[in-house]
Amino acid sequence: MSVEHKPLSASTPARFTSPSWFAWFVILAFVFLFAQGFSSAEISWDRLVKGARNLTTFIGQAIPPDWSNMDVIANAMLETLYMAIVGVALGIILSVPFALLASSNTSPHPIVRAVTRFLIATMRTIPDLIWALIFVVAVGLGPLAGILAIILDTIGFAARFFSERIEEVRPGPANALTASGAGRVSVIMGAILPETLASMSATSLYSVEKAIRSAVTLGLVGAGGIGVELSTAMRLFQFDKALAIILVILVVVIGFEQLSSVIRKRVI
Amino acid sequence: MSSIKISGLNKYYGALHVLRSLDLTIGAGEGVVLLGANGCGKSTLMKCLNGLERPQSGTISIDDKDVTSAKGKQLRSIRRDVGVVFQQFNLVENLSVFQNVLYGAMGQRPGGLLTVWNSLAPNTTREKAMHCLERVRMADKAGYRCRDLSGGQQQRVAIARMLMQNPKVILADEPVASLDPKAGREVMDLLWEVVTEHKMTVFCSLHQLDLAKNYADRIVGMKAGRIVLDTQQVNADNESLAELYQGDTRVDSASNGYGLPGVGTGMQEEPA
Ligand SMILES: Nc1ncnc2c1ncn2[C@@H]1O[C@H](COP(=O)(O)OP(=O)(O)O)[C@@H](O)[C@H]1O
Ligand SMILES: [Mg+2]
Repeated sequence: MSVEHKPLSASTPARFTSPSWFAWFVILAFVFLFAQGFSSAEISWDRLVKGARNLTTFIGQAIPPDWSNMDVIANAMLETLYMAIVGVALGIILSVPFALLASSNTSPHPIVRAVTRFLIATMRTIPDLIWALIFVVAVGLGPLAGILAIILDTIGFAARFFSERIEEVRPGPANALTASGAGRVSVIMGAILPETLASMSATSLYSVEKAIRSAVTLGLVGAGGIGVELSTAMRLFQFDKALAIILVILVVVIGFEQLSSVIRKRVI
Repeated sequence: MSSIKISGLNKYYGALHVLRSLDLTIGAGEGVVLLGANGCGKSTLMKCLNGLERPQSGTISIDDKDVTSAKGKQLRSIRRDVGVVFQQFNLVENLSVFQNVLYGAMGQRPGGLLTVWNSLAPNTTREKAMHCLERVRMADKAGYRCRDLSGGQQQRVAIARMLMQNPKVILADEPVASLDPKAGREVMDLLWEVVTEHKMTVFCSLHQLDLAKNYADRIVGMKAGRIVLDTQQVNADNESLAELYQGDTRVDSASNGYGLPGVGTGMQEEPA
């Protein structure tokens, strides 16, 4: 089939279009900030060379890693895992009521919904390290602060995804049960939640991965776990110990991600 | 004794006047088909009847209980006696057939979900659910997940769920519109057998003329939000039935003040 070549009519869209003034504004602002930021980092040849030299010293001192207090590291790693598991389990359980109160089709009242959504957004917006700092002040150093931080971080993340899924559930089955005289709570638990289970398990699994990664770093601010050991070793310039800790973290985190991807394939 | 009594019913969606001063009385044990083209307001009427939508004026009573003013507990107690069959079946697809049938009894007892959850339900409830499934010839599929069933099978499960509820009045809104003709016939046969057995009142909307003539005792015709025909099935003449599908059938057509392209004004709608 041959195509006839006609001159383009006036309504044909142009090949190139100029971005809107708003896009121009955003681009210019970004370029400006980038230049400012780059210069404020005071990157100079001198510093780069010095940095490279320091890094070599670190690596030189860190290799070979010092495995002598493996027992301490192992215990700290175990504590990290406990923190992650307790925190994420409680976080996910609490996410369900939060999500139900925050979803348009299950919330008892628009005001309740707005307040819950605000709480969830707050939990999500404040980073886990800052939550940990706050809880260290509130309940003292140690794993409890870490667990609390993980709970809030998990709710901020999981409740939002749960709620999005809940709002997508088609209303028909719930309407059918309502029409048969069933109560609101029974309808929500019986007809809406069961439709969200698959997506909720996927989100929960991801939350577990996320919690383990964050449990590792929470120790840096004193909220328990292996991060405490790591920050001590770094501060005392015991780079060989630090490397041992980093390697253990690497193995555990990677191991867990593998495990979770296996579970994901099995379940979903 | 009248089972359903509607008087002076008006329902608007925004500016759209959907139900236009309807009056209708249905006696106990009657089998009435509500016939009308798509968009004439059948579903809206059905939703008003069990309080899923609120009309702006007029009254509806079911078994002499006022639906339009009922709220909370009262409304739930009315709904308990009204079984609904939907075009889209509305089963909880992730759950088993058996669990869905058990759900039919959810509104019947104060315990709600706890008394009808498969693992917790009393033996008598479970037995009754099995009987209902046998009645719709789906007992062998009790353990299946609903999403794995065909449309016709799902609608039969929905009828079993409705039986489980043990209602006096059945509202069915185009129960066979999403099924192929053969499955549709089977479902209509089953539905009518069941309601006759239990001497239930049934108010069933359809948009297919031939089905209406086969099953109804009485045919009520609706056109553009008004009841324009009300006759015993035996007296229904083809001309006035065909009239239901001609001219302005939709409530939102242009000559009713709504300029939707492609609908209404002289366009003839297929009686499908
Ligand atoms: N929830 C709603 N909001 C606004 N308009 C609606 C709603 N439900 C139905 N309508 C309108 O009411 C009219 C009648 O619809 P419906 O009762 O579903 O007709 P039928 O069931 O006879 O096909 C249609 O024009 C439809 O667009
Ligand atoms: Mg309809």
